[in-house]
Amino acid sequence: MEKHYEELKSIIKIYLPEDVSVDDITPKSHLVNELNINSANLVDVVLDIEEHYDITIEDDEMDKLDTVESAITLIKQKTA
Amino acid sequence: MKTLSEKLIAQLPYSQPFLFVDEIEEVSDTYIRGNYTFDESAFFYKGHFKDTPVTPGVILTECVAQIGLSTLGIYLLDDAEKVAQAKIAMVGSSIQFYKLVFPNEKVIVESNKQYFRFGKLKCSFKMKNTKGELVCEGELAGMIHNEI
Repeated sequence: MEKHYEELKSIIKIYLPEDVSVDDITPKSHLVNELNINSANLVDVVLDIEEHYDITIEDDEMDKLDTVESAITLIKQKTA
Repeated sequence: MKTLSEKLIAQLPYSQPFLFVDEIEEVSDTYIRGNYTFDESAFFYKGHFKDTPVTPGVILTECVAQIGLSTLGIYLLDDAEKVAQAKIAMVGSSIQFYKLVFPNEKVIVESNKQYFRFGKLKCSFKMKNTKGELVCEGELAGMIHNEI
């Protein structure tokens, strides 16, 4: 969990708007509503996750990527 | 019978005076090439610049986006019903300009798909004039949503 969390934070921080700091990220953070990542950058977060973990995320799984925690859950399922 | 070029252009959500696509010369799942000739009577030449008409960079950017993103995106969606409901928006651009484009000049836009995932289309492109000189190049990204 801890390893995934730190890796995910380093992916997400690239796409944070200027007014959100990496220190604002918590496991419960909602990527769009709280971290203000727009829908276009959210796609790049997903593509970076796919590349980093060598997994494929389907269109209908995008909904499961709403918070940092749920993204980690999906990554764990896919890499298990 | 309408040509593929005419069909694609008819599906674009633009009209005069803001349609900057004349013809799609070639299109595939990864590539599109099209052209546009800037008419000297276009509205923006009256003010850009005061006494010297030159095509504005934002209009060149729009021309690239209409051919390289919107038209390619419509071709990739390949579903008239989906296209009719789709909302599109440009979400990112990175462009370098090299040559001026004057009234009545024709430009050719070539765009290569980098990816089209989760409704986001990202492309790298080149615009050339009829002498084959590079006018501008860069990357553009747009979102195509079926619902917003």
